[in-house]
Amino acid sequence: MVKKVTSTSKNFDPAVVWAILEEVKDPEIPVLSIVDLGIARDVQESNDGLLEIIISPTYSGCPAMYMLEEQIKETLVNHGYPDPIVTTKLSPAWTTDWMTDAGKQKLEAYGIAPPEKTTSNKSVLFGGQKKISCPKCKSNNSEQISEFGSTACKALYRCLDCLEPFDYFKCI
Amino acid sequence: MTELSKQDALVQYTAQIADNGLIIGHRMSEWCFRAPAIEMEMALMNCALDMIGQARELYSYAAKTQGEGKTEDDFAYLRDERDFRNALLTEIPNGDWGDTIVRLFFMSAYNELFFKALATSTDAELAAIGTKSLKEVTYHLRFSSEWLIRLGDGTEESHTRVQKSIDDLWIFTGELFTMTDAENMLLTDGISVDVTTLKTPWDQKISEVLTRATLTVPTNDWAQLGSKSEGLHTEHFGYIITEMQYLQRRYPGCEW
Repeated sequence: MVKKVTSTSKNFDPAVVWAILEEVKDPEIPVLSIVDLGIARDVQESNDGLLEIIISPTYSGCPAMYMLEEQIKETLVNHGYPDPIVTTKLSPAWTTDWMTDAGKQKLEAYGIAPPEKTTSNKSVLFGGQKKISCPKCKSNNSEQISEFGSTACKALYRCLDCLEPFDYFKCI
Repeated sequence: MTELSKQDALVQYTAQIADNGLIIGHRMSEWCFRAPAIEMEMALMNCALDMIGQARELYSYAAKTQGEGKTEDDFAYLRDERDFRNALLTEIPNGDWGDTIVRLFFMSAYNELFFKALATSTDAELAAIGTKSLKEVTYHLRFSSEWLIRLGDGTEESHTRVQKSIDDLWIFTGELFTMTDAENMLLTDGISVDVTTLKTPWDQKISEVLTRATLTVPTNDWAQLGSKSEGLHTEHFGYIITEMQYLQRRYPGCEW
């Protein structure tokens, strides 16, 4: 049974809310939830005593953000939380480092190469390009076709062994 | 002349940064279905999306600061030509692939320095937008730099044409490093960026990439000004907002 939030006290269980947020998937990458992606940052009680979810957008122009906001609200309402608030926070800026390990595994199983471990290594210009492992055959013998893929968060690669083209989730 | 309030200055400043993103983003989106290869088209659309996304965050903040109940849409769709203070460079027509790449390169090299500085603004919202935008701009700069090298150090034809793009667009770069009254006013509080200090590192970056591309940096120092300080645009600008604002002007309040 899910507890309801009233205006008098913080009587929702954050762990339960986090579990519900797992149900909200990224519309572009339906195997990943907003928790896996690190988009959902915090679950808290607003000043008005309502349940408030803090989210952080991946890219400034990500067209999925509005839809995600609506989906979060809808999912929470369906679980018995009236009038949830979704607040977007830009700082600290979202980074692929926030993606969970479970998320990275799901991403690879889905056919998208997960982001490299850390964003701190920035070979900005004429970048010493990293070898990305092919999500199909695991070969490291791949090449970048384009740094910009089907969505803002992905780059296009091609495996030179199994010849399969694949998406790589860029590090930012 | 009426005295500029701090609040008005912040609104003007924020909207002016947004204008750059909206207008160059719009120009780049005009390449949709016209780029030489699908990967290049997706790259330009990705960059355009980042820029328009940055503009939306900034317009929303300007609207909030203004406190008149307006939204980002009022700024984009319901202001007149003279109210837009984007750099002239952003509104120049796309031309050929080389022209588009050179403009993106000049702007990204500027934006990388600008957003890095904005990330240290004493205004928390502007600092957050600066930090976020910097990550995106890094990709734009790398993409345009690599193309510039490919074109400059490519064939005789591509070299000649991209050198002409550089020479043609050069006069519009000086405006980026001029200060408006709003920028000067906000500088004392550490809110705005002193863009005059960005000129030297920008020149260095341009020279570094152009040298690698076997291209020549123009020596002409004359700069075409007008838009950033006064909203005086090139003759091309009216056509941009005519297309962009058509729906909201014809059907006020129309929603998706």
